[in-house]
Amino acid sequence: MSDWCAWTLHEALDALRRGDTTSVALTQAVLDRILAVDNDIRAYLTLTPEVALAQARAADAARAAGHDAPLLGVPIALKDNIATQGIETTAGSKILEGYVSPFDATIVRKLKTAGAVILGKTNLDEFAMGSSTENSAFFTTCNPWDVTRVPGGSSGGSAAAVAAGEALAAVGTDTGGSVRQPAALCGVVGVRPTYGRCSRYGLVAFASSLDQAGPLTRDVTDAALLLQIMAGHDPLDGTTWPEPVPDYGAALSRDGRGWRIGVPGEYFAAGVQPDVERAVREALRVFVELGAELVDIHLPHTDDALSTYYLVAPAEASANLARYDGVRYGYRAAGDFETVGDLYARTRGAGFGAEVQRRIMLGTYALSAGYYDAYYLKAQKVRTLIKADFDAAFAHVDLIAGPTSPVTAFRLGERTADPLQMYLADIFTLSQALAGIPAISVPCGFDADGLPVGLQLTAPALQEARMFHAAFAYEQATAWHKRRPKAG
Amino acid sequence: MTKATPLTREDVEHIAALAHLALGEAELTLYQEQLAAILDYAARLQTLDTEAIPPTANVLPLRTVLRDDESASTLPPEDALANAPVTREHCFVVPSLR
Repeated sequence: MSDWCAWTLHEALDALRRGDTTSVALTQAVLDRILAVDNDIRAYLTLTPEVALAQARAADAARAAGHDAPLLGVPIALKDNIATQGIETTAGSKILEGYVSPFDATIVRKLKTAGAVILGKTNLDEFAMGSSTENSAFFTTCNPWDVTRVPGGSSGGSAAAVAAGEALAAVGTDTGGSVRQPAALCGVVGVRPTYGRCSRYGLVAFASSLDQAGPLTRDVTDAALLLQIMAGHDPLDGTTWPEPVPDYGAALSRDGRGWRIGVPGEYFAAGVQPDVERAVREALRVFVELGAELVDIHLPHTDDALSTYYLVAPAEASANLARYDGVRYGYRAAGDFETVGDLYARTRGAGFGAEVQRRIMLGTYALSAGYYDAYYLKAQKVRTLIKADFDAAFAHVDLIAGPTSPVTAFRLGERTADPLQMYLADIFTLSQALAGIPAISVPCGFDADGLPVGLQLTAPALQEARMFHAAFAYEQATAWHKRRPKAG
Repeated sequence: MTKATPLTREDVEHIAALAHLALGEAELTLYQEQLAAILDYAARLQTLDTEAIPPTANVLPLRTVLRDDESASTLPPEDALANAPVTREHCFVVPSLR
């Protein structure tokens, strides 16, 4: 039974198509697994077994009637900053506790249309601001490989659920690394697509020029399968890319001949844990065996990405989070108020957690009179330089490879006292987000404590197919993705 | 470009007021310290010459996106108001403006 919980989406779909199992049996097995392990892992904020089993029954009925769909009957989880009609969507914040969305996000509508079964909503850092899921207003999620360690963040609940067998796959969001970093720390595959590839309609907005949804899965085939469904133009999001989405499944091949893979010196600088460097260097050697050529490159503004990101993202967040006013939805501070301004300030003072308040303050400052040019405008100009670094590199190479995170999963509480230390966990994932380009994290080994290491492959804008091809070839040449934690 | 200036208590109180955040003394003290450390770190950007560099407004080569102005169905008022803390007669209720 528990084997079913370790299946990939494509293995489950094969079994369902052969008639070896039913969606109801599969969904019930995963729900049982959640009951068995989620007291330790705490991946889910909201579990929706009745909804999931109703969707599973409908999927089985459709299949019995001769219908099929790309995800018909497979159970998945959604990060709780993705709007789901009739199901609570909190973004991990007290200010949205009890909020029940009257509509589905576009990506949710697409996943449901493709037949996916929704198990529930996963934990995250409040408003997706964090790298450890410790900023959730509700509780902290634990890493299935070692429950004394963080799962990464902000999509830590989604990554932990996939690693622990509590969902066959999950959806997260990535503003500065929030899909890729937890994927690396939990030993699963995580994708940040090109900005504009997936609709943001129905994502709880954090930083609108950076936010993108992406899959967290057990292998590259599943990541390609999920992104295929999620991607595409949406009239409800004017920043979505209007061209058709290529066939990602068709791109998956084991042939690596002729690739030129850029290896940036900056991604192996001081601060990278030796075990992480060793695993990533070994992965590069596998690419050479596959027929690729490694090319030393430089991304000179890598060290400026952190400063740039922590001015641009909070600035956009301060504007986006202005909507939480205690009037239209969400939490309202108790008591009588002299003015509507008092209502706003007391609601926001009590409803937002510390990291969210810190970023609103930082962003407000960066946008305020007298500081706009020095901070926000300056950061937007450096963002152009960061993007230009990638443009120059991709004139010579097809892909860029390096570690997803400089370290493996750190201990719970280890970085919570110093925000800057927490921000440094994202040092290799921020540049791609600022440049709007796609990247994937795939498992590439373990450190001495048995914690997973992630390899990040970055591709030029809109070249997800190339990224999937390389990641698939690497994955098929290794067996890291087949290891599962023994948690639970 | 201006060098990062030290963040004063008055600055932090001013930012909190602009951001509509009612904060306690302890929070203001903590945020002053933490924001100063972050801004200090970010001051490294001031050493980069960006005089001739345009800011990134959009990472995609998309220009103004327009669509036909067509009427479509919207949420019924009951659904749109369902998450509001206080409503009356299809309206949001707030304290009086002063």
